[in-house]
Amino acid sequence: MDKVYPGVDEAVADVPDGASIAISGFFTAGTPVPLIQALVKQGAKDLTIICMQMGPGNEDINQLVVNKQVKKAICNYPFYRSATRGADSPAEQAVRAGELEMEVYPMGTFTEKLRAAGAGLAAFYTPTGVGTVVERGKEKRKFGDNEYLLELALKPDYAFVYAYQGDRMGNLTCHLTARNYNPEMAAAGKITIAAVENVVEPGKLDGDTIHVPGIYVQRVVKVDRPSYFPTID
Amino acid sequence: MNVTKKFKGLSRELIALRVAGELEDGTYVNLGIGIPTLVSDWIEGRDIVLQAELGMLNTGPLASQDEVEQDLINASCQPVTELPGSCYFSENESFAMIRGGYMDAAVLGALQVSEKGDLAGWQNPSRGLSEDIGNIGGSMDLAVGARKVIVAMMHVTNDGQAKIVKECSYPLTAQAVVDLIVTDLAVIEVTPKGLLLREVAAGLTAEDVQSVTEAKLIVSPDLTEIQL
Repeated sequence: MDKVYPGVDEAVADVPDGASIAISGFFTAGTPVPLIQALVKQGAKDLTIICMQMGPGNEDINQLVVNKQVKKAICNYPFYRSATRGADSPAEQAVRAGELEMEVYPMGTFTEKLRAAGAGLAAFYTPTGVGTVVERGKEKRKFGDNEYLLELALKPDYAFVYAYQGDRMGNLTCHLTARNYNPEMAAAGKITIAAVENVVEPGKLDGDTIHVPGIYVQRVVKVDRPSYFPTID
Repeated sequence: MNVTKKFKGLSRELIALRVAGELEDGTYVNLGIGIPTLVSDWIEGRDIVLQAELGMLNTGPLASQDEVEQDLINASCQPVTELPGSCYFSENESFAMIRGGYMDAAVLGALQVSEKGDLAGWQNPSRGLSEDIGNIGGSMDLAVGARKVIVAMMHVTNDGQAKIVKECSYPLTAQAVVDLIVTDLAVIEVTPKGLLLREVAAGLTAEDVQSVTEAKLIVSPDLTEIQL
């Protein structure tokens, strides 16, 4: 089994208009920037982007917004903390102008919606968000003494993930805090594309240290290790 | 409530120092963005394990220039270091820990705290966005899941609005979750009877603190100066 694609352009070539795409990364860490750049070049429109943030630590994603490729964003920390900086951000401007739909979930609910989808579950009950705007339109149910919200699984058409190492079969090992959303997004995506810094032959990775089993990954593409200073300021 | 009086109290760093004094050894703690992040400067060497909610336990001090590893950051996107016993996991597992009740304490910033311990901290209506859109981040899960929630914040807003209020007017993070409020002016415990004023900043009286607090404060018979 060899899932390696020649490059990022080939890996994202079939993303159709209207697709939903989960894009990993916690601010700067573990974000598959070369896949985002390839998607900008590819030009698919009316996309639903499922991603922690629409700018902070991930400016590249704004190019999708500037290009008017994004119809809807599903996030948990979409905007710059600074209102001034946010006012200059294409995503926040598009939301304010009514050109970009947005749904925001608590971070734990966001990732659990993806986990549930990857694990074949339809929904789950969480205590998070009870008594807040997050509960609007959702079933609220009491178990024991506490109330919980019913949150639905979220299954994206594609997942763009990032790994430090991977083999041709799609087994991935992440690095330090760059793991973050990658395992659950990889499992959730119907087609998961992994941007991998070091692609090796099967057998070269320690099978006991794999964070994403290859069964979840359909495409592997080698990318260069980016060099940057992590910051959202 | 618009506050006309201005009092000088603790700096942001000293608010963080006071919070550090509230944390117990042998505990797992999550620090939110803003003043809470500064608490890490005051607990080096103590037996406290910090969680970074993107997927790390035992987060070390901020990295110096030559220690920066771009794949090793805290939840505020600052480069950090490892400590002996640090471990890594997925974000999903991180929030399973949080909701699962394994965090002994969370220190969070806030825009408003009510007398019932309601917390509003993720969305400032002055930004002009729809009230269901904003940076929720990990705040709602932490507020609901942590065994103890400590709020660290300035006592009033920059433009003189009271932040400790009868009812929160901003979108809530969670209902009735705050245990302790540490500000530049006071330390206040949320009790079933209401807000108990335990400590005031040097040179201030209980009346001074009440004058910049919308909610009614119960003055502790053991009222002291803030213990640093």
